[in-house]
Amino acid sequence: MKVMIDTGNYIAAKAAIMAKPDVVAAYPITPQTTLVEGIAKYVATGEYKGEYICVESEHSAMSACIGASAAGSRTFTATSSHGLLLMHEMLHWAALARLPVIMCNINRVIGPGWNIWSDQNDSIAQRDTGWIQLYCSSCQEIFDTVLQSFKLGEHKKVGLPVMINYDAFVLSHTSMPAYIPEQKEVDDFLPEFKPLWKLDVDNPITFGNIIGPAYYEKVRKAMQDSQENAKTLIPEIAKEWKNKFGRYHGDLIERYKCEDADYILMSMGALGAESKVAIDNLQKEGLKIGLARVRTFRPFPTEEMIKLGKQADLIVIDRNISIGSEGALFNETKAALYNKTDAKVHGFIAGLGGKDVTYQDIEKICKKVINGKAKDFEWYGLEED
Amino acid sequence: MSKKYDVETSISYPKKGAMGKTGSWRVFKPKLNKEKCVKCLQCWVFCPEGTIIKNKDGTIDIDFEYCKGCGICANVCKVKAITMEREAED
Repeated sequence: MKVMIDTGNYIAAKAAIMAKPDVVAAYPITPQTTLVEGIAKYVATGEYKGEYICVESEHSAMSACIGASAAGSRTFTATSSHGLLLMHEMLHWAALARLPVIMCNINRVIGPGWNIWSDQNDSIAQRDTGWIQLYCSSCQEIFDTVLQSFKLGEHKKVGLPVMINYDAFVLSHTSMPAYIPEQKEVDDFLPEFKPLWKLDVDNPITFGNIIGPAYYEKVRKAMQDSQENAKTLIPEIAKEWKNKFGRYHGDLIERYKCEDADYILMSMGALGAESKVAIDNLQKEGLKIGLARVRTFRPFPTEEMIKLGKQADLIVIDRNISIGSEGALFNETKAALYNKTDAKVHGFIAGLGGKDVTYQDIEKICKKVINGKAKDFEWYGLEED
Repeated sequence: MSKKYDVETSISYPKKGAMGKTGSWRVFKPKLNKEKCVKCLQCWVFCPEGTIIKNKDGTIDIDFEYCKGCGICANVCKVKAITMEREAED
């Protein structure tokens, strides 16, 4: 095992090629990130031996991955922001076809105006596509999660595509150290891809033909069951990784100092790492507050949320907004708790458009709730601009 | 028969007559003259429905349960051993 000091994108590229995908298809121009440059570098050095397809759009990138996956290949791609939005149609297609395409999405703002900083509205807008959605908070977690995602998505009880999300710049372009295992250790962890089905001239089938309403509903139910299976498999695979490599970032949720907490702060992505500093400071002041960093948005960790809601009141910070409603994590947390607990849930919108959210900001948010001054739902920091 | 996959998605497996007995769609019917037939099998190659039956001795027959009467076999036959006749006149 060696240490690689590099940006989140280059660390993600390293993880992707260590999974030995047969095909990587990607569009190379902004909002694409340096992740795919990283893979191109490995093509040049000969470290990546699969097919690297430079396509003419993100819609084509996902289509190429779907075709390759349907032919029985392990596939990987990466995108961001508008690129992800352009893929939207094919995201549904990959999930309904039960093709475990693995993709990194670098969470970036949607325009106009032109802004490529961190914001989760791109991936939140893909919530209902059937993809598993994971959120990372450090470069090491990105590396570990990419490799775990291949095992998860390709598992016969799952068979769904997986989107690994992480914050633009804060993680994508920031150098941090990450432990990189030997290739042989990764090969031992990640079995060969055994597709659930494939297009095969020796075993002719037709895929995507007309299906009637009753069977279509069964297809949807099977996807829902597979997402439920992922709730068990994500922690299992994380534990297996921990036993093998000694690193662990939590199961569906990472709990930080939640014992005896009367308040639990919740967030996703890099904000979750920043929140740890805030929790340390607040606890030093004697406040009973912990952190639950949500790692999986799909499947949504409903049962874990209920446990947290039975223990404490919840403070949710969203770096996204469903315009006309609320932040996505806030909204779904309340839905999970409904009829199950008496917990009070407070929601805050913070950090849209890549606006910096410091640990001091997070402390202010928490104190506002603890002091009884917070509304049920509010925007943080607008008055300061 | 193709191997079946254990997954609920939109896969169709090959099956004879999945759309029912399509021979009833026919307006024109191919009439085969076995005397003229030179066993070149062009009709067997071109039939879009797989309704030309290739016999062990190299002769052919037509499966009228599924033949839709498109006439491609008659069109490709070099020796005019297949001709199309109106169904009702048979």
